[in-house]
Formats: sequence, structure tokens, C-alpha cells
Amino acid sequence: MGALSQAPATESSPLVRISHLEKLYPTRDNGNVHALSDIQLSIPDGAFVTIVGPSGCGKSTLLKILAGILDRSSGTVEIAGRNLEGPSKELGVVFQAPVLLPWRTVLANVLVPAEIQGLDPAQSRERARDLLSMVGLSGFENKYPGELSGGMQQRVGICRALINEPAFLLMDEPFGALDAMTRETMNLELLRIWQEKRTTVLLVTHSIPEAVFLADKVVVMTPRPGRIAEVIDIDLPRPRTLPMFNTPEFGRHVDAIRRHFNSGGALD
Amino acid sequence: MTEIAAREASPPTVPAPALPAGKKKASWKESRLVSPSLLVIVLFLWEALVHLLGIPAIVLPPPSAVLVSLWDGIASGLFLPHFLVTVTEILSGFALGGGIGIILGILIGQSAFLERVIYPYVVAFQTVPKVAIAPIIVVWFGYGLSSKIIITATIAFFPVLANTIVGLQSVPREQLDMLRACTASNWQIFRMARLPQALPFIFVGLDIAIVLSVIGAIVGEFVGARAGLGYLILQKNFTFDMAGVFAILIILSLIGVGLHFCVMFVQRRVLFWADSNKNRITGA
Ligand SMILES: Nc1ncnc2c1ncn2[C@@H]1O[C@H](COP(=O)(O)OP(=O)(O)OP(=O)(O)O)[C@@H](O)[C@H]1O
Ligand SMILES: [Mg+2]
Repeated sequence: MGALSQAPATESSPLVRISHLEKLYPTRDNGNVHALSDIQLSIPDGAFVTIVGPSGCGKSTLLKILAGILDRSSGTVEIAGRNLEGPSKELGVVFQAPVLLPWRTVLANVLVPAEIQGLDPAQSRERARDLLSMVGLSGFENKYPGELSGGMQQRVGICRALINEPAFLLMDEPFGALDAMTRETMNLELLRIWQEKRTTVLLVTHSIPEAVFLADKVVVMTPRPGRIAEVIDIDLPRPRTLPMFNTPEFGRHVDAIRRHFNSGGALD
Repeated sequence: MTEIAAREASPPTVPAPALPAGKKKASWKESRLVSPSLLVIVLFLWEALVHLLGIPAIVLPPPSAVLVSLWDGIASGLFLPHFLVTVTEILSGFALGGGIGIILGILIGQSAFLERVIYPYVVAFQTVPKVAIAPIIVVWFGYGLSSKIIITATIAFFPVLANTIVGLQSVPREQLDMLRACTASNWQIFRMARLPQALPFIFVGLDIAIVLSVIGAIVGEFVGARAGLGYLILQKNFTFDMAGVFAILIILSLIGVGLHFCVMFVQRRVLFWADSNKNRITGA
């Protein structure tokens, strides 16, 4: 890994620094949709940060801006001390929809970023197989996306985001299409990868317990225009285990976040 | 002649990729049974009417006479050289027109700017009836194969071009976002998403083009030729051999249907993923 990990990674110099970020989408009638308003956020290197907020509050918009595929209207975004100008090879992105290429096999889909970035083919194939077996999809390497369920496609999308061993992982509701059991397993796997590779993760979820379970920090957003209502530090010990879901500390965090939703008039 | 002009003047411009849906497949079995029986009934009625009403053979030959003429033409070896000439014209014209259509489509499809600049001229050219410019092409390129190939190409290229352009622009924004997020170059995006995404559309264009190519070759031969099935139709017309004309029309239809199935066959091979993709979209 290059530039990102070379940057001095201390508490005082966060990996991502967002200030006064605004996003307006132009509409057909020459008006604007104010999607993001005055976003201030810094993400420490190696942190696991989750975002919760009502539907349409701009979570995907924020992730797309960080992925370098959407222009911001104003404000500054710095990643590893450098002004964000476009997509980066250090990034892995899981999109809200799986977005697989239907004419490629599952394995070939996972390899898309590796091909684009010219990574070693043999090594990447090996890694792709490992990732697929990690998400429970070994044996499906040569199937086509059309033959997979929505949840399986979403897991392929997760493998694709991890293939280039990104230093910074952006995940937009990666587990939305999964059943509760698979979801818990995937949560634990993700935490394992995160701890092993020391990546930084920014993950959007609609599940408040999931947000708390995974995170060092939970970012709570308000309805449109999306602002940051609060950033809650989660001090639960690591490594996180499933029984923690039932501890009183866990419940307190979940309640604190849920209150935001209720007062904002939006439900989870 | 007017019918030919009418058919080529109204090209299906922006067809959705007509991929066989599950529904079509279900009725396919029944149609395989009903369709031939319908033909037999029509032929029988035709034969009966011609005999009952005493219609002269130079106005409308009975199917039996057409079949005899068809068999004679094949067995005597009369049709074969003309058949080969016409098929050569059709395939060469189709390849030339289809090739130009795809290449020009890719060039124009690259940018909205090029489309605005070039496409109006292409449409203007398309609105000129090819029957009307066929004589000019014969004057320029002579009575041989090349003039027919070029006439065929001018007719075949437009549906391929129009569909290529639409297809290249049909890439979902999510796919573009995904590839751009992986730092894909424009060429990589073209190769990995635009072109595969355009293929179903291109095949729709090719399928229309192959059928139009048969018409193109015959139009060319009508205007001026020394060989080919269209030339043979004119000959038979002069000698009032109506059964012979009908026999050749049957051969032309068979060529058209056969080539259409060839395109379909290749399409199914190349677009193996498209069908299950359809299911994915409706299932998601
Ligand atoms: N391309 C676009 N053009 C115009 N408006 C857009 C566009 N994309 C998103 N928006 C608007 O911006 C707002 C935020 O959208 P965004 O997709 O970021 O929401 P979200 O928080 O991800 O919602 P969800 O939880 O439902 O995925 C929405 O009101 C949406 O209508
Ligand atoms: Mg979203």
C-alpha cells in the first residue's frame, strides 16, 4: 500500500478530514436538492466509523464524494493530508446495489479492480478465491451474477472491494440484503479483516445495533439536508463478540442513537 | 418496388434489445406446430382457387407449378450460379455495412459532441431512399458485384449504427461509478462495460441489417446486373414465367430466414449472459 499508509498516522493527523462540505444536486426545474450541509468530520487512521441516518439524508452522497466519483459543491476533503481530487487506488468501495457485470463470472467480477489497477493476475486470483470462500461463496467462482441471489451478489461486491487490499474501505449498506445470521457472520469477518489489515472503514447502515457493534465512532445524521447530529464514541472493548449485543453498555449506546431518530421525527 | 422503398424508408430506429423472454419461449413450441399447418392450408386454398376460378398461370401460378419450377431450376443447375452471386452480394454488403455501422457507431457513441456534429448528416443520408441512389452507384461502380455490395451496405449500415450508439450509451450509471471508483480509464470503461452492454443492441441492429441486405442486393440487381437472383426475376418476368418468379421469391425468403437464424445463433452464443440478466433485473 502506497501513499495512504506512508502518511504519518497519529491521533493528531486523521486519515480523512472533511470540513464545511456542502452538496447540492441540480434539479430539472433549475432548483437544487440540498443533500449535505456543513459536514465536519475527521476519521482517524485505522478507525472503524459507521454512519446512521434516515433514508435520503445523504449517506450515499457522502460516500460517493469520498470515493472521488461525485463532485462536492463546496468545502474541503483531505485524505492522508492531500486534497481529494478523484478516485484512488487505495480505496475499496462497496456500493448500495451490488453493481456486478452480468457478462463476467463471479471470480472475474471480483477481479475487476485488480485488472484495472494492473495487479499481479495470479496473485489476485488466489486472493479472490480466498475472499470468496471467506464470504461463503466457494464453488460459485464460475457462476454468473444472474444465477445468484441478491445477498450473494452483495457478498461478491464486498469481495471486489477488498481485492486490492485497500487502506480505506467505503461501504454503503453492505449487509442490507443479508439474513440476520449471515449478517452477524459477515460483521465478525469484517471486524477480523479490519483488525488484521489495519484498514480504515467508513460504513453506512440502517441498523443501529450493527452500527454500534462495529464502530469506534457512530456518526448520526439528520434528515435532509444531511447534517451531522452527533458523533458518538463507542468504548466497548475489542475484539467485539456477539454476546456484547446483550450488555447494558451496548443498550445505552443504541438508545442514545435511537433518541436522535425519534426526536427528528424519522424512524429506523 | 414501392414496397421495398417503404420498408427501407422506415427503419426501426431505437429498438430495445429484443431478447427472448420466458413468455416467448413458452409459445415457441405451439407456433412450431401451428405455423407450418397454416402454410399448408393457405397453399391448398390457393391451389384450389386457381383451378376453380380458372386464373391463367401468367397472372397467378398455382403452388404446384411453382414447386415444379423451383425443382427444375435447382435440378438443372440454373439457379446455383445466380444464387451464389446474390448470396455473395448479401454477405459482403452486410459485412461492409455492418462493419461501418459498428465502427461509426463507436466513434459517434464516444461523445455527445460527436453525436451532435455527425449524426444529423447520417440521418439525412438515411432519409434518401436507397432505391433512388442505386442507379448512381451502378453508374459509378459498374454492373458487377461491387455496385451491389455497396448498395447493400448503404441499406444495412443504418440500423447497426443507430443501435450501436444507443447501446453504448445504455450503460447504467452505477456501473460507470463502480469502474471509475476503481480508477478505470476511459478505454477500460469502454472495454469492460460499454461494449459488452452495447452488444445486445448491436445484435438487434445486425438482425435487422441482414434482412435488409437481402432487399439491398435485389434492389441493386434490378437497377442493373448481369447475374443474380434479382436479375433472374427480371428475366423470368420478361418471358412471363410467373411460376419461375415465384420460385425465386421462395429462394430469397429462405435466404433471408436462414441468415436471420444464423445471426440469432451467434447472438445466443455471444450473449449467453443476457437472458439470466433479464431474470436478475425482474427478480431483484
Ligand atoms: N443524482 C442525483 N440527482 C439529484 N438528487 C439526488 C441524486 N442522488 C441523490 N439525490 C438526492 O440527495 C438526497 C440524498 O441521497 P442519498 O442517496 O445520499 O441518500 P441516502 O442517505 O443514501 O439514502 P438511503 O438510506 O435511502 O440510501 C436524496 O434526497 C436524493 O433525492
Ligand atoms: Mg444510500
